[in-house]
Amino acid sequence: MPRANARRQPMPEQDPAKRRHNFLEVALGYTPDLAQAEAERCLQCRRPTCIDGCPVGVEIPQFIAALRAGDLESSARILKNRNNLPAICGRVCPQETQCEVKCVLARKGEPVAIGRLERFVADWEREHNPIRPEIAPSSGYSVAVVGSGPAGLTAAADLARMGHRVVIYESLHQPGGVLIYGIPEFRLPKEIVRAEVEYVQSLGVEIRLNAVIGKLYTLDELLSHHDALFLGTGAGLPIWMNIPGENLNGVFSANEFLTRVNLMKAYLFPEYDTPVHVGRRVAVIGAGNVAMDAARTAVRLGAEEVRIVYRRSPAEVPARAEEVVHAEEEGVIFNFLTTPVAILGDEHQWVRGMRCVRMQLGEPGPDGRRVAHPIEGSEFEMEVDMVIMALGTRPNPLIFTDVPDLERTKRGTVVADERTGRTTKERVWAGGDITTGAATVISAMGAAKRAAADIDAYLRSSARVW
Amino acid sequence: MYEIVAKEALAPVTTRLLVRAPEIAAKARAGQFVILIVDEHGERIPLTLADWYPDEGLIDIIFQQVGKTTMHLATLGPGDALYALTGPLGRPTEVRNYGTVVCVGGGVGIAAIYPIARALRQAGNRVISIIGCRTRELMFWEERMAELSDEPFVCTDDGSYKRKALVTEPLAEVLERGGIDRVWAVGPAIMMKFCSLTAMRYGVPIVVSLNSIMVDGTGMCGACRVEVAGQTRFACVDGPEFDGSQVNWDLLIQRQRLYLDKERLALERFQQKEQCRCQATLGGATNAAR
Ligand SMILES: Cc1cc2nc3c(=O)[nH]c(=O)nc-3n(C[C@H](O)[C@H](O)[C@H](O)COP(=O)(O)OP(=O)(O)OC[C@H]3O[C@@H](n4cnc5c(N)ncnc54)[C@H](O)[C@@H]3O)c2cc1C
Ligand SMILES: Cc1cc2nc3c(=O)[nH]c(=O)nc-3n(C[C@H](O)[C@H](O)[C@H](O)COP(=O)(O)OP(=O)(O)OC[C@H]3O[C@@H](n4cnc5c(N)ncnc54)[C@H](O)[C@@H]3O)c2cc1C
Ligand code: SF4
Ligand code: SF4
Ligand code: FES
Repeated sequence: MPRANARRQPMPEQDPAKRRHNFLEVALGYTPDLAQAEAERCLQCRRPTCIDGCPVGVEIPQFIAALRAGDLESSARILKNRNNLPAICGRVCPQETQCEVKCVLARKGEPVAIGRLERFVADWEREHNPIRPEIAPSSGYSVAVVGSGPAGLTAAADLARMGHRVVIYESLHQPGGVLIYGIPEFRLPKEIVRAEVEYVQSLGVEIRLNAVIGKLYTLDELLSHHDALFLGTGAGLPIWMNIPGENLNGVFSANEFLTRVNLMKAYLFPEYDTPVHVGRRVAVIGAGNVAMDAARTAVRLGAEEVRIVYRRSPAEVPARAEEVVHAEEEGVIFNFLTTPVAILGDEHQWVRGMRCVRMQLGEPGPDGRRVAHPIEGSEFEMEVDMVIMALGTRPNPLIFTDVPDLERTKRGTVVADERTGRTTKERVWAGGDITTGAATVISAMGAAKRAAADIDAYLRSSARVW
Repeated sequence: MYEIVAKEALAPVTTRLLVRAPEIAAKARAGQFVILIVDEHGERIPLTLADWYPDEGLIDIIFQQVGKTTMHLATLGPGDALYALTGPLGRPTEVRNYGTVVCVGGGVGIAAIYPIARALRQAGNRVISIIGCRTRELMFWEERMAELSDEPFVCTDDGSYKRKALVTEPLAEVLERGGIDRVWAVGPAIMMKFCSLTAMRYGVPIVVSLNSIMVDGTGMCGACRVEVAGQTRFACVDGPEFDGSQVNWDLLIQRQRLYLDKERLALERFQQKEQCRCQATLGGATNAAR
């Protein structure tokens, strides 16, 4: 009997006072009892609206039903049929704006905790009984996938299951994209990313690391070796403010800070060789997921005071709700309606502070969010000794060397058909942050899934019309 | 894994490694570099492609042992392998027939200036080379440089070998004579700075190769940012070669010092470990001798 009136089961978490000092996962995961209780809240709707909210179309009521019946293996099979990386999505999807907001129970205030259930089932599967999906007989076609982030991994897994030979080319020395270099260990343990990558490899996908496309091979060279090419190189280029003092020692991009800590394991320095700098008083500029991650990482590395400096108000914060709550619990200070206009240095060219200005909100801008304007005469100095810029990212143009036939927008993103992922260059598809700019894991995966389907259809059609 | 096939000690603190990397060897161009990681716990460090042999699928890297990673690297030899190797990175040198060019290499920068000088020579330039080191025992690849130079200069800071001079002295003399179309200089930041000032005095364009701290080497992190002509540029993708007359040298030098205290700590730890290992092997050897 569904218990729709029961409260949403809370997620067990590490105590904030403790977790400020470690990189262990914050959210501990449902116990079987909690999962069962939460699963029972699902109404098993005849026409489930929740699925509409999931870009990869996870059959949500079905996997929950199997979980409820105690058949975790079937539950995992249903989940993995649509989602190649469920343990990751269960942890980092912004469910409150995806599947859960579409759940009928959301209207009454408390949607089914779909993400938490997804994580529970995926974790069970990884620990107990890895699912081996069916793989179609070999098609004889070969597809190159550039980038091993969520988009690349998803396209590769789907294409491999459809019977194509797939080679992923990745510029870094570890696969996973943002999942490995950006999102911190305490939110997404790297062991889990590694396990999900191994699953993709187990489908027959080959991953070639240390291969910077645009340098080691051009796109045209890859096209001469493969029948089709999927571009999933993300949006890895940090955006700067272009204010005075940005090159002082002690100013970092969030990308550099997080890459040092996550990919290079600088939090274990000197056990690992890569160093990272941590100030005493740290300001993180921006309020997206990246900013929250940078701030919470700085807390864990021992900074005494960490603040988020954001030019808009709490209502406009783009980060996942849960991350904001976690950051607050961990003592991160929020300075809203504030923006730096200059970074100030000491006699050794190290950061000693920021000149800031207070902001007020005006009319909504083109992206629907209210535009912030500086309040004249409101300048003041903020004492900080480290500044982390988390203002967003753009696609890295490195890959576009010598490809004039690949159309891009003014923002540097690749133009691709929303439904098929086709670009203006024949036999080249694209999906994920490279087409949208910095977005989400699940939207990247959704785009990759659509592209994989179209690549398969294209390769198998005799007409091959572009 | 990237196999090391040969090793040569070029000087007491300078080592050359020949590494198997066929794809990189096939693509390498003068002025480019690689990023390598020694082992799973290692740091990513950039090193210039000193030479490459597409037929054999090999590349040459030459490095000075200045800290933890380069010292660790120097303990490796044939039979060992690198954990990761990425390249070729950076924009290649703009090789054209400029007329007469001067190629200046200081210290380990000799390794980096060599392929540039060779490419310029192959493009038809008259090449005047100037190489310099602190002292005699640090000198290497003198013959290689001489072979491709129409006029080679060799000097040491302390006069222990050939001419006693900083590289800027012969550079000024050559520029004074006139007829120089372009200068390249690779070496420590301070050397490149003074070479640039010298070239500017004579109104001759100068290209330098900036060695800022790097992480990814593909434009993702901004660790390598430098200021050229008042604008922030990323050395790994916009460079490493830039117009030397426009570089903010103080900023480069200041940013190179960012991790000084941590680098020292890493080095001390490494040396302690190495010492333990040496003692252990020594102990083992004496035991075996008994
Ligand atoms: C710190 C941080 C936290 C985030 N938190 C969340 C979150 O909680 N929830 C959420 O949904 N989203 C989050 N995001 C956003 C999300 O991670 C991205 O939208 C998603 O990773 C995009 O996937 P992608 O596959 O398109 O690109 P990426 O994950 O960026 O992967 C691209 C891959 O391509 C490689 N590559 C790039 N150029 C080349 C080249 N020339 N040759 C070869 N390989 C190349 C890169 O090295 C990388 O591995 C976060 C992002 C960051 C940075
Ligand atoms: C594009 C590029 C090409 C390079 N090519 C070569 C090369 O061919 N041969 C070579 O010997 N070195 C080269 N370098 C410098 C080399 O990367 C550093 O010497 C190396 O990273 C030092 O690592 P470490 O751990 O041994 O020393 P660390 O402990 O990191 O540093 C020890 C000392 O070296 C200085 N240092 C650190 N990084 C750099 C750097 N990037 N440039 C200059 N000084 C640095 C530090 O300030 C410190 O004083 C190059 C650098 C760049 C950016
Ligand atoms: S993948 Fe993400 S959006 Fe889809 S059901 Fe799972 S948590 Fe929801
Ligand atoms: S909309 Fe909510 S209650 Fe209905 S099936 Fe989906 S998760 Fe269950
Ligand atoms: S090294 Fe990271 S951007 Fe240049």
